[in-house]
Amino acid sequence: MANKPINIPVVAESPADTNVFIRGLWQQNPVFVQVLGMCPTLAVTNSAINALTMGLATLFVLVMSNGLIASLRHVIPRQVRIASFILIIATFVSVVDYLIQAISLTLYNALGAFISLIVVNCIILGRAESFASKHNVGQSLKDGLGMGLGFTLALLCLGIVRELLGEGALFGIAVLPENFEKWVIMLLPSGGFFALAGLLLLFNWIKQRNRPIKGASNE
Amino acid sequence: MTYQWLKPHALSSTAWLMYRSMMGIGLVCGMIILFVYQWTAPIIQKNRSALLEQAIFQVLPQAKSKLAFYQSSTGQFLPVTDESAGESIIYASYGAQSNFMGLVIAAQGMGYQDRIALLYAYIPQRQRIVGLQILDSRETPGLGARIRSDPDFLANFVNLDVQLSDDQTSFVHPLQVVKAGQKKHPWQIDSMSGATVSSQAVADMVRLSAEQWIPLLSQHREDFEVGKQTD
Repeated sequence: MANKPINIPVVAESPADTNVFIRGLWQQNPVFVQVLGMCPTLAVTNSAINALTMGLATLFVLVMSNGLIASLRHVIPRQVRIASFILIIATFVSVVDYLIQAISLTLYNALGAFISLIVVNCIILGRAESFASKHNVGQSLKDGLGMGLGFTLALLCLGIVRELLGEGALFGIAVLPENFEKWVIMLLPSGGFFALAGLLLLFNWIKQRNRPIKGASNE
Repeated sequence: MTYQWLKPHALSSTAWLMYRSMMGIGLVCGMIILFVYQWTAPIIQKNRSALLEQAIFQVLPQAKSKLAFYQSSTGQFLPVTDESAGESIIYASYGAQSNFMGLVIAAQGMGYQDRIALLYAYIPQRQRIVGLQILDSRETPGLGARIRSDPDFLANFVNLDVQLSDDQTSFVHPLQVVKAGQKKHPWQIDSMSGATVSSQAVADMVRLSAEQWIPLLSQHREDFEVGKQTD
């Protein structure tokens, strides 16, 4: 046993790498924990399809910009890093803008100016500055994927709740009975705040419910 | 962990290093945008044409083909060869036997939230506006957004009287925008309760556009009889 050479897997994912991905989904969820990117979160989640599209667009920009920033981190001088990050993020926002127009103009019109405003979404610049500029490409891609999926999941939760109560439908398909009195307020900006508050309450309640179990094992 | 830009030699990076870095990133980013634009531009153009065509055939469902016209400097309406060339384009619609059916006119203006773009159909033979389709709007969901779908509001534009006076320069009964539920005559447009600003904006757009175009189009009606090609 002692003579057996130690074989360290180079490519295998370490627990830390898995954490990088999972962290964005749950422990550091951009919406429910960090409360970042509130503008698109409240503005475009009046239907599930809008929420999903915005989430996927942000996911694409996050993954691509994280990847490019991580690969260029050794050649970007510190003094111009923020300008460089914005340039890279704006590039991928333009790309996603063209792609959505090519996929569906109806969807593009529904999302309005919020596609272009992904460029100022603080989640993306935040991950570029705090993570991608300090880690390798693989880890940065995982971080972008985790954070992007976490953001998409949060937006989708809001979109589903708002569309269900406001329209009685899901992804445009009526699911509640005809006599259901629609909560129009859920489609308005104020409905976004109510839905977000409700989901934050639920999210924190689940987290707090799990906490005493950890405390009990420590005692 | 020590990063390249935190190393002592990197901290003394000169302006040249910064310029080089920014120029390099700008070049790469420009190439990416250029490539994606070149790839998606024809698809986007195709989507826009399809959306417009769909809207034209929705406001005049009996039409089988359409032809775009623009007003030349002589005042005559001529078929457009490149649809992106002019701003004020009028679409003439033709039936199965290439018979001239009516005209589809584009209008736009400010709504409650943002610009609203729409199309409406005008039949010169009947002197009526017979349909309206909202192309683009960002009105409040659940309230102003109903201008797209509210059947009672859209019914205003199914048989709207735009009969011209004998000299073909003005309407016999100018279009009127009235409060919700107060429409009594076919030249009146009911606004929508709960979406007053948006519905009045749409009604005003149609009124202004009709006052500008309908007398002019009626005077040049024969210009549209010539174009009978399938689009």
